[in-house]
Amino acid sequence: MTTQEETTVSAVISILVENESGVLARVIGLFSGRGYNIESLTVAPVEESRHQSRINVVTSGTPQVIEQIKAQVGRLVPVYRVSDLTALGPHVAREMALVKVVSSGEARTEALRIAEAFRARAVDTTATSFVFELTGATDKLDSFIDLMRPLGLAEVSRTGVAAIVRGPRTI
Amino acid sequence: MNATPNLNDLKPNTRAGAGDVVLSGAEVLLRVLVDQGVEVIFGYPGGAVLPIYDALFRQNAIRHVLVRHEQAAVHAAEAYARSTGKVGVVLVTSGPGATNAVTGLVDALMDSIPVVCFSGQVGVPLIGTDAFQEADTTGITRPATKHNYLVRRAGDLARVAHEAFHIARSGRPGPVLVDLPKNLTVGPAPYQPAPRTPHPSYRPRTEPDREAVARAVAAMKGAKRPLFYTGGGIINSGPQASEALGRLVRMTGFPCTSTLMGLGAFPTTDRQFLGMLGMHGTYEANLATHGCDVLVALGARFDDRVTGRLDAFSPGSFKIHADIDPSQIDKIVRVDVPILGDAGRTIEMMIEEWARQSAAPDNVALAQWWQQIDAWRGIRSLHFEQDMTPSAIIRPQHAVRRLYELAMETGRDTYVSTEVGQHQMWAAQHFQFDRPNRWLTSGGLGTMGYGLPAAVGAQIAHPDALVIDIAGEASTLMNIQELGTIAQYRLPVKLFILNNQYMGMVRQWQELLHGSRYSESYSAALPDFVRLAESFHARGMRATCVGELDDVIRAMLAEPGAVVADISVAQDENCYPMIPSGAAHNQMLLGPEQDGEVTVSAEGRMLV
Repeated sequence: MTTQEETTVSAVISILVENESGVLARVIGLFSGRGYNIESLTVAPVEESRHQSRINVVTSGTPQVIEQIKAQVGRLVPVYRVSDLTALGPHVAREMALVKVVSSGEARTEALRIAEAFRARAVDTTATSFVFELTGATDKLDSFIDLMRPLGLAEVSRTGVAAIVRGPRTI
Repeated sequence: MNATPNLNDLKPNTRAGAGDVVLSGAEVLLRVLVDQGVEVIFGYPGGAVLPIYDALFRQNAIRHVLVRHEQAAVHAAEAYARSTGKVGVVLVTSGPGATNAVTGLVDALMDSIPVVCFSGQVGVPLIGTDAFQEADTTGITRPATKHNYLVRRAGDLARVAHEAFHIARSGRPGPVLVDLPKNLTVGPAPYQPAPRTPHPSYRPRTEPDREAVARAVAAMKGAKRPLFYTGGGIINSGPQASEALGRLVRMTGFPCTSTLMGLGAFPTTDRQFLGMLGMHGTYEANLATHGCDVLVALGARFDDRVTGRLDAFSPGSFKIHADIDPSQIDKIVRVDVPILGDAGRTIEMMIEEWARQSAAPDNVALAQWWQQIDAWRGIRSLHFEQDMTPSAIIRPQHAVRRLYELAMETGRDTYVSTEVGQHQMWAAQHFQFDRPNRWLTSGGLGTMGYGLPAAVGAQIAHPDALVIDIAGEASTLMNIQELGTIAQYRLPVKLFILNNQYMGMVRQWQELLHGSRYSESYSAALPDFVRLAESFHARGMRATCVGELDDVIRAMLAEPGAVVADISVAQDENCYPMIPSGAAHNQMLLGPEQDGEVTVSAEGRMLV
């Protein structure tokens, strides 16, 4: 919207919502309707007793767009809180990947060796394949997957980012 | 559902506790409506809402107005809400009933109008089976409403219905849809009064921050070239907000301009009023916006019709923005002092702060600023020449002027709705509004066909008032079926058509941007509006030249029933002044003689 050139920044937005039907559609519909990016999205109930779910969205945009995203999401009726964790200070952002590698011989050994270095667990093993489970920051998952590529990478399933502020603070 | 209580004596807050008669969901719904102070519903029946219509049949507390199309129901409810400050209520059936209502809902969303729309839905067991007249109404209307609900359990019905009203009218008002599966309205449901506890997640802020208001007023005190830029938020805040605005503008001595939606909040005939700003605003309003050093935006949202080219919008001014919706702050234009809260409360607090802060305003600079404004005013950007020879062609501006002057002579409380297009802008420019809630127009969405159903809603709300739809012949044909509603309820609505046989605004843009290639913008095969009126049991009138105009307007105003007045106006008239798309406020076109000078940029060509 602004005419000044601004740099695009990445942001992790955490949204606490009433756990009711359609609430996820409201949030993601708002993102697509207003042309905001969604790079990753996670959602799950976090407060069964209070019927609350937490949505974590990794997005990017100019600082003004990030502010708009917060304000637009904040006015949705079932939204309790919206926080830009990137702006709140240090935070932990983690995701999990399940990575299937189909290979044999030298490549298979090498895949297992790299998995160990990354502290990935083999959660399924056959004579010709592994399924590795790996948790960590997004770039760690990216590099693991890159390394698996020449070693028979067959399929990837990722959760998207879950994030939380470091220290005693809450959103 | 054995007991069928008589709802004729529905009373607010009567509780049906355990052991009392069991009400059906439909009856519970009507009881909630009575609790919420609803007097009128605009609607259209159908299979999925038959139980509600049956309950309506058996009571007298709520009046139902049968429209001829569901879109019109929503527009009528919008005008009812806009002209009364109450929530407008709509009842439509499932499937096509709900989809027809969507345009009205988006219209209400864009203009922040409180509307609650109840839609029928197929029974819960049938949802998702492509049942007859099933549509995913909550899915379709999610981005068309402030909030919506699909009621799945009878136990939620009363709470959700109450909540819908709270959400529609509080904070930034807007439309709320409640989708009601048929089995829930047929079956028993528990009644509950409106909850007293606040909503868990929805808590809009209305009270402005004193410190922010103090900073704003400090800037206003130091201003040399200040300007109030007021919008629809002041109307939404209620008549007391408009009254407070009047006091603030007079005590500061500042000039005041308004958006289309804000017209009437400050008297448009007042010397301190500069006229509307924006694309078809006055020269003085736009030049003042461009040249001011402190801009005070109250309940306005920097719409693109207002700002023109953004990087040239009010350059160098210190900007104060008061809005109840946090998402409007810094959305389009970055401001120096944001104030979050109700427009009326903000204005009251500004008045207090203006009196409290000891600094004296710069009266010398203010006097110079007014001199400059008066010089701009001297351009008379709304001026037009009407040839008064009786056989001369009527200019549309003249028709609106005469309509205003003759309507004022009647001394009646007057409500004006419009359709969308050139006639809407001429009405905004030439009809005057000295009170809020009298001007009913589709601003944000620009919905052709808004005006006639809006006139229905306004006339239902104000049976004794003069209600006029200033229309274009193309727009009004989009909801002309509402002449049927007008006939059924004997509404004395005056449909005043500025008939230029073109979709005038489309043609104007084709002239400006597309080499006058009038692609599909000619109103071919028009009906004979006089005979059309007669077939709908209204009076039809026609003026084809200046000599006939006043007589037709007088006859229209004197007629006790509904009138359709077909006013033939100059076909080639365009709406000026104009800021072409992509241009700045100080690059206005004042008349057709300047059209040749304008070169709309490639960027501007892509703007709507």
